Amino acid sequence: MSSQAHAPANEDAHNVHHGHSHGYGAGHGSLKTYLIGFVLAAILTAIPFWLVMGDVFENKLITAVLIMIFAAVQIVVHMVCFLHMNPRSEGGWTIMALIFTLIIVAIMLAGSFWVMHHLNVNMMPMSPEMMKNMP
Amino acid sequence: MSNKALQETEAPQFYLEDDHHPEGSTMLGFWIYLMSDCLIFAVLFATHGVLGRNYAAGPSPADLFDLSIVAFNTAMLLFSSITYGFAMLQMERNARMETIFWLGVTGVFGLIFLALELYEFYHLILEGAGPGRSAFLSSFFVLVGTHGLHVTFGVIWLVTLMVQVKMHGLIPENRRRLMCLSMFWHFLDVVWIGVFSFVYLMGVLG
Amino acid sequence: MFGNTTLTQFIFGRLTWEAIPYHEPILVVTFIAVALGGIALLALVTWFKLWGYLWKEWFTSVDHKKIGIMYVVLALVMLLRGFADAIMMRIQQAWAFNGSEGYLNPHHYDQIFTAHGVIMIFFMAMPFVTGLMNYVVPLQIGARDVSFPFLNNFSFWMTTAGAIIIMMSLFVGEFARTGWLAYPPLSGADYSPGVGVDYYIWGLQVAGVGTTLSGINLIATIVKMRAPGMTFMKMPIFTWTALCTNILIVATFPILTATLALLSLDRYAGTNFFTNDLGGNPMMYVNLIWIWGHPEVYILVLPAFGIFSEVVATFCGKRLFGYASMVYATCVIMILSYLVWLHHFFTMGSGASVNAFFGITTMIISIPTGAKMFNWLFTMYRGRIRYEVPMYWTVGFMFTFVLGGMTGVLLAVPPADFVLHNSLFLIAHFHNVIIGGVVFGLMAGVVYWWPKAFGYKLDPFWGKMSFWFWQIGFFFAFMPLYVLGLMGVTRRVSQFEDPSLQIWFIIAAFGAVLIALGIASFIIQIAVSYLRRDQLRDFTGDPWNGRTLEWSTSSPPPEYNFAFTPVVHDHDSWYDMKNRGYERPLGGFKPIHMPKNTGTGVILAGLSIALAFALIWYIWWLAIVSFVAIVAVSIAHTFNYNRDFYIPAETVTETEDARSELLAERT
Repeated sequence: MSSQAHAPANEDAHNVHHGHSHGYGAGHGSLKTYLIGFVLAAILTAIPFWLVMGDVFENKLITAVLIMIFAAVQIVVHMVCFLHMNPRSEGGWTIMALIFTLIIVAIMLAGSFWVMHHLNVNMMPMSPEMMKNMP
Repeated sequence: MSNKALQETEAPQFYLEDDHHPEGSTMLGFWIYLMSDCLIFAVLFATHGVLGRNYAAGPSPADLFDLSIVAFNTAMLLFSSITYGFAMLQMERNARMETIFWLGVTGVFGLIFLALELYEFYHLILEGAGPGRSAFLSSFFVLVGTHGLHVTFGVIWLVTLMVQVKMHGLIPENRRRLMCLSMFWHFLDVVWIGVFSFVYLMGVLG
Repeated sequence: MFGNTTLTQFIFGRLTWEAIPYHEPILVVTFIAVALGGIALLALVTWFKLWGYLWKEWFTSVDHKKIGIMYVVLALVMLLRGFADAIMMRIQQAWAFNGSEGYLNPHHYDQIFTAHGVIMIFFMAMPFVTGLMNYVVPLQIGARDVSFPFLNNFSFWMTTAGAIIIMMSLFVGEFARTGWLAYPPLSGADYSPGVGVDYYIWGLQVAGVGTTLSGINLIATIVKMRAPGMTFMKMPIFTWTALCTNILIVATFPILTATLALLSLDRYAGTNFFTNDLGGNPMMYVNLIWIWGHPEVYILVLPAFGIFSEVVATFCGKRLFGYASMVYATCVIMILSYLVWLHHFFTMGSGASVNAFFGITTMIISIPTGAKMFNWLFTMYRGRIRYEVPMYWTVGFMFTFVLGGMTGVLLAVPPADFVLHNSLFLIAHFHNVIIGGVVFGLMAGVVYWWPKAFGYKLDPFWGKMSFWFWQIGFFFAFMPLYVLGLMGVTRRVSQFEDPSLQIWFIIAAFGAVLIALGIASFIIQIAVSYLRRDQLRDFTGDPWNGRTLEWSTSSPPPEYNFAFTPVVHDHDSWYDMKNRGYERPLGGFKPIHMPKNTGTGVILAGLSIALAFALIWYIWWLAIVSFVAIVAVSIAHTFNYNRDFYIPAETVTETEDARSELLAERT
């Protein structure tokens, strides 16, 4: 999608210099990693669906926490098996970018929930009964 | 030129005689784009997190969502992920037609996913639970719809690439593009994990 | 007028003759002036047969240097528009006392303050910063272009398209009357049913695409294309700040895009994100927009810090004091800028714990900024300071910005903010940091790199005039606003009851006139320098005895920047090269691989304007047509595999020999 220049004519000279840096950094998957990823993802998807659809736990909090854990684990599985993330690809820049993004996302989600929750607590309209009891 | 070697013993080398080829930046650039896209989804998740319980006396997730459809859709997306993986493996074997075949299979799974999602949306709107009904439904439609829109563009891109691979073969440009789309496609699957976990499952859980 | 109403509505949406503001004399006069000026400009371009040249050499160019210059030209044009708005507001506020309504009705006044903010931030400061980064960063890191040259051209045209959309609102329809961040519910469909907010949304969305892509492009460039030997801790400070700024751009503009998209869905599709009923929450918009908004402040000011660092080191003839601490301070600011957003709405009612947290983080962020200030001071300490014009701007910045920073810490105290929120004190504070920090930095940058870009220095007399008018004008214009703010005068008011306030507004208006003279001096400076370019010519490529790689090239640099890729040993690499007996290579040139020009960027941006216009005026057929066209053109572009060419070795040799002759003549 870009017009990044690249030089077919000088490919040989290039390879001498950079060894096999032409693999575009990101590692390639093998059939094995794809299959492992697929099986793990299928299991990690099926369990939370089963937990909710089968009403396995009485306590909804347990189910919610489990859903979150399974989601987090599955995201890691996808990152490793399908996106081939590793600390070395692109000289560590992909993982750096990912960590930075996750920090920003965490700040944004946590901050928004915290701020908006406080706002709701402090500013939501009161019921008539509460109004009556106002000093 | 003749005394250049002599100079270099005195002063360090200040320029390259040979052509300098920086590594390709496309994969990194595309990954950074994906990270920015991730933030768009993060805003939508945050909005859903804040507004997702505001039913405005309207229907709640438990009233609306059919988890079996969602589970089926999740499977479709997961299948499309693995078939895209097969396409990439074929690409590495330099097998042009096999690559195109697996890309086609991926596209079909993508289209089934989209069709089911549209069916779900259509059904909800028909029930009077359209995006304007409540803040919960607004955020639901926009979050899931944005993901669907990404899948739509992914499919258009996929078809374009199938044509280009057919036309030019697996030349380096096309390989690079296939790898970008691969990242895009798997990234959408990752986002979908968030969608089914937090929007559908947690929603139905109440 | 058109006969069949439904057909007219189909063709023109809600666009009617009523949309043309011919009943507003000010706008009619402006329109006539703009039209005459535009016609004159087009006629001149046609007369000198420049269209082909402009199209081939500039509009379709993928050369980062030309794109950088075009960005700065766009920024300067928009500076004039934004400043015209500013001076109109100052005159109105100085005038509208004692029952007088002034000369602007509230409807018009509200559009002006919105346009002023939007234009100055998005279409003056942003393109200016992006332009300088585009021009300088590849040269500083020893690269021949950016990572994605076509994307660079496309980004520029999308930014320009956004600016054009905003400018169109002046003569077709109206602009938003909501303030520069368009808070709902005021900006929602119920309270702003007109096209103003839609112009705002689509102008920013189109420009936002350009900004985000250019951010991605520059990050990839800095990470991947540095000259051999240039490790991260050997990068020039301006490149460091550019890296951090672009990371901020990529990690915040999507938030703006998404937030504005939600607002537009509220307006177009009847969703309930930020409405008052059916569960919507307008405060969520305020929360989200400031998660973008506060880092945006640092997006603007970090490159300015980078410019000051380069200028101070060069004109003091010293290595920058505390290079590593400067780098860490920049990175810390980058992270911390995400943790302070709530200080923009302390009064929203979040309660004590939330306000305390964000108040403290806000105060913490002033620490790395203070560290930078000391680094600059210590660089000057015992340096051999040459007071050239860029140094004037730098010293002026240090004085002005510290003042603004201190009022900022004042505002960071939540109880103080409850008194000063949305008062003119706030206005004075952020103009103090943005003019004193960003604008002074950009001015310093223009004067500093001008000889590099055009081959001659800017005239110092008019440069100093410009500086003094800006500096003194700034204090006249904004100190009264601090006073007024402390007296409780709120922002965005068009008429006043209390006659005792008038004197302060008159002083502020006088200050604005001085700033106008500063801008005029700047334009005169450019004109005079162009006329005297033979006396001011820079033959060496290194007019200031610079320290970083851009000064190793000729002025202006050749299309390929560096005939041979430089190898870097120190963070003041050019200074190091000069000191250790670097000799310019005179032979053995090879063909140089370069990207080809393309017109796709211009076409896509043009179609984006059509799409935005159609969406603003509800011209649905045009929206569909232009959207399909955008997708089609993008896809068609990917079918072009032939995107590069080689500059033959002979051409490189000729260019380099010409420079050798020039250098030999001069020494």
